[in-house]
Amino acid sequence: MSKAAKSNALHLAILALLFALFFVLPAYHVGAFSRIMVLAIYAMGFNLLFGYTGLLSLGHAMFFAAGMYGFGLGISQAGFSVAPAFLTGIIAASVLALVVGYLALRTAGVAFMIVTLMFAQTVYLVILYFGEYTRGDEGFVIQSAQRVFFGIDLTTETARYFTAFVLFAICFLWAAKLIQMPFGKRLVAIRENEERARMLGYHTDSYKLRALVVSGAFSGIAGASYALLFGYVGASFSTVQYSIFPLLWVLLGGAGTTIGPLIGVIFMFYLIDISSSYTTAYMLIAGVVLVLLTLFAPQGLAGTLRKRVFPWLP
Amino acid sequence: MDFGPHLMLASLEGAVISAILVLTAMGLSIVFGVMRVVNVAHGEFFMLGAVFAWVVTTTLGGHPAIGFLAALITVPILVGCIAAGADRLILKRVNYDPDRTIVATIGILYIIQQTTLMTYGPEARPVEAPFNTRLSLPWFEFGENGFEIFWPWGLSITSYKLFVIVAAIVVLTTLWLVLTRTKIGLIMRATQQDSDTAQAFGIPVGKVYSWVFGLGAGLAALGAVLVVPIQQAHYLMGGDPLLLAFIVVIIGGLGSLPGTVIAALLIGMSDGIISVFFSPTLAKIIATFLVAMVLVFRPQGLLGKSVA
Repeated sequence: MSKAAKSNALHLAILALLFALFFVLPAYHVGAFSRIMVLAIYAMGFNLLFGYTGLLSLGHAMFFAAGMYGFGLGISQAGFSVAPAFLTGIIAASVLALVVGYLALRTAGVAFMIVTLMFAQTVYLVILYFGEYTRGDEGFVIQSAQRVFFGIDLTTETARYFTAFVLFAICFLWAAKLIQMPFGKRLVAIRENEERARMLGYHTDSYKLRALVVSGAFSGIAGASYALLFGYVGASFSTVQYSIFPLLWVLLGGAGTTIGPLIGVIFMFYLIDISSSYTTAYMLIAGVVLVLLTLFAPQGLAGTLRKRVFPWLP
Repeated sequence: MDFGPHLMLASLEGAVISAILVLTAMGLSIVFGVMRVVNVAHGEFFMLGAVFAWVVTTTLGGHPAIGFLAALITVPILVGCIAAGADRLILKRVNYDPDRTIVATIGILYIIQQTTLMTYGPEARPVEAPFNTRLSLPWFEFGENGFEIFWPWGLSITSYKLFVIVAAIVVLTTLWLVLTRTKIGLIMRATQQDSDTAQAFGIPVGKVYSWVFGLGAGLAALGAVLVVPIQQAHYLMGGDPLLLAFIVVIIGGLGSLPGTVIAALLIGMSDGIISVFFSPTLAKIIATFLVAMVLVFRPQGLLGKSVA
């Protein structure tokens, strides 16, 4: 089998597995996996920018929050139904990514991280400032009556799982396709050697901006899906912690691999889930994992697998 | 109160904020200047300083001044040692690679913060100030009777806050003398300029890095010991100083020490004054956004030289 065929087969197998899990897993884990798939979309968005383009943003929570609030405010303030509100969320995140990218991509390296961090902090504070509409830290709940899509009630466990599954599948296959296309190859070229990519005649600035917008759109989809499926919109999703989470997931799973983000989210989710039943200081585990990762497996789980066992891993 | 005395009160509060900020930011700036790494865990060293100050003062008991003096001496050293240990154990092994160091220090941030939560707990605890007399301040006015001095009600500052301002000035002056006049300073500056050449001339660059990392954390801890009689010690208190210190270091120019001092004064004073007169959230939004814009259009900061 060719490399591309192998990776396509792998992706379809993963989707089939996720589909089948619904019928096997007990109710609690079905709920957990709905959440994991939504968060994995966020991680994939981050991976496109960090793993493939080599740009480390510490402010991705602002795109997640833009999607979430675009959707939430669309429903609560503008009185939209699910589909237009979802679209509003995606557009809000993409436009924000375009503006932030236009400004922040003038910088590189450490400055880029700090600028994105600052912009995210501004977004967080803006959400708090307009507490009248956003209800600040407290957040607001989207009534289950408003979470109906073409007659399907999205609050039931089954509908929630399969909605998350469909959204995840679209984003997963889209991301996989994207990096097989010339566009994806050029992003990798920029990551490996931006100077050389520019010499070869690629307009690297425009590619970086496009990568950021796609990455922001993915994060926005994740944010809007989260609000849609779990019915809650809150400022805590735009804090620094939610910018660090995708970094953690992607590093853990393997930056620059298609399956890394999903693996990272699953691993981290259950790590925190299990450890929080023992201690309230569960973020300690996250800290230790981060340090151990930078020391011993800078390429993450999937990255290490690719290096050691399956060199064809996408 | 009239506008004049009100403004003076706000400026004094601003000066206290600046004093703490300049120490914290100076730590971050030195670390970035010499080692070229961003220490995201810096705020947690600040928090550790405050928490240890509480531990030292409560274990010693007695007059608050004894405990405070002991904390002032031991805590920065202790925190400095912890930081140097972290540098040895972790940062050295990732070769101070900028990206990986940031990730590793985010990890250290969570480890320190959550360990504090597990041991010290989620409460905010106060430390008693060694002296805390309230000093009334005079205000003058050109009235009908010509120039006169009077003491408006409410215009006062505690002696401790004045002490904080003086202490920050003393520490900064000492630091400046050490950096410019002693051999230690020379070694640090040599490492900053070109670590390879410094190594070739027999400077143990690895050791210098550990010392510098410890020194940076120690300065943050010192700022925290000074602030803890004004603000209580809490395990999440490291977030705001980190962000503010970042802002200061960036505005001042990454690695430029005079720039850091100027920016700390600018940010601290405006923070004090703006939050007296305007909504604090709006002030923060404007400040954060402006900082991002400074970095976008002038990545080297106000006084920084352009970095390659």
